Amino acid sequence: MPVTLLRETPSQTAGPYVHIGLVPSAAGLQTRTQENLHVVAGPQTEGEAIKLELNLWDGGGAPIVDAVVEVWQADGKGRYRHPLDPRSSEIASDFRGFGRAASDLKSGYYVFETVKPGRVENIDGKLMAPHISLTLFARGMNLQLNTRVYFADEASNDEDPILAMVPPPRRRTMIAERKDGGGTPTYTLDIHCQGPKETVFFDV
Amino acid sequence: MNEHSHLSWAGPLTDRRNAQERYARAYQPRERHLHPAADFPGYKSTIARAPKQALLSIPQTMSELTGPVFGHNDLAPHDDDMIVNGQVDGEPIGERIIVHGRVLDQNGRGLPNTLVEVWQANAGGRYRHKLEDYLAPLDPNFGGCGRCVTDEDGNYHFRTIRPGAYPWRNYRNSWRPAHIHFSLFGPAFATRLITQMYFEGDPLIPICPIVNAVPDKAGVDAMTALLDTTANTPHDCLAYRFDIVLRGPRQIFFENRPEGL
Ligand SMILES: [Fe+2]
Repeated sequence: MPVTLLRETPSQTAGPYVHIGLVPSAAGLQTRTQENLHVVAGPQTEGEAIKLELNLWDGGGAPIVDAVVEVWQADGKGRYRHPLDPRSSEIASDFRGFGRAASDLKSGYYVFETVKPGRVENIDGKLMAPHISLTLFARGMNLQLNTRVYFADEASNDEDPILAMVPPPRRRTMIAERKDGGGTPTYTLDIHCQGPKETVFFDV
Repeated sequence: MNEHSHLSWAGPLTDRRNAQERYARAYQPRERHLHPAADFPGYKSTIARAPKQALLSIPQTMSELTGPVFGHNDLAPHDDDMIVNGQVDGEPIGERIIVHGRVLDQNGRGLPNTLVEVWQANAGGRYRHKLEDYLAPLDPNFGGCGRCVTDEDGNYHFRTIRPGAYPWRNYRNSWRPAHIHFSLFGPAFATRLITQMYFEGDPLIPICPIVNAVPDKAGVDAMTALLDTTANTPHDCLAYRFDIVLRGPRQIFFENRPEGL
């Protein structure tokens, strides 16, 4: 029997005032409950506490000051807080795995406090390298941009099926560098919409 | 059927059959030719922000088939009522409206427990935002930020003030039709969508470059809410209906049997 699929509603840009809806405190509105979403993991969460710093750049080399960045990740043991993951119920209660950040509206700097995720199984049963899924919403983006952040100090990057699909010179656009020394270990990555360092974006 | 039964998956990760089942749960490919092009010259801001390289098509792994789960515990009172949630010392100014509808997947199934977030300008077309400088005044009793979670059939419902049109920096004399921004999650990272809702009959719709970045009239119509007098609150609010379709699974599982498709 032929099945007619409904058409997905078209996307539209989140626009310059996206913060009102997604990060009201950044727009200058009163902070609501459950709003500190750049803190992805709490003290009970399995995994190494890290900071993830992202700098967003447009094709003219200007910082993207008005985006909202969302992250989605597993905990330190590679478990997603979702009904598809059979180990979901073992996850600490202070970890949802979802985060959202705005900049100070002057710079392109976006930061998350989280844990380094563990390896997650691919559909073929093989493990992927640790990674955080990333979505960017902003003025001038008619549809969100999707990519992943990998970690420079992970040997398993060499066997990751997604990184393997990327030509070697562009892989580094998805690999965050680790900075140690004082306080929480920090991973940093520049995201470029265009240019010689253009980030690899996905059709998911 | 509980709210996640079409998603629930149980069994050891090493079980190959289960791995195949999970693969079958992948979402329909996004039909990008029916979405606005990333690079649309009529919308100037896309010029420096649209990627130039082709997107990399990746398989949907556990990272894309999962996504944040929200519930009613995430909401505060009046989050779904923008007539009330920004009030300081009185009612906000403007046309009082209800916006309601259903969030569906491409198979026509209502999506329960999905977070719907909305934001908008006030009746004069002014946003409450640090970077906004349009000369229309702020309404001291209107914030313009709301959210709700769909019910077990995928229905959602807001009360708000009808937003005004506003000018924007694009080309000279560019105006946005009245609109409400909508953000939706659906069951997975792959189903995430942000769109805008327009109002039936607004003459600014056909001349807006953001709208016209959508390639066809059917797409524009899908973003246009219709007056729905059956849902009015008499002597109080007019109602508009806006249904939203998110990507659906390639194969539906019902009590562990594939169904259709
Ligand atoms: Fe807007």
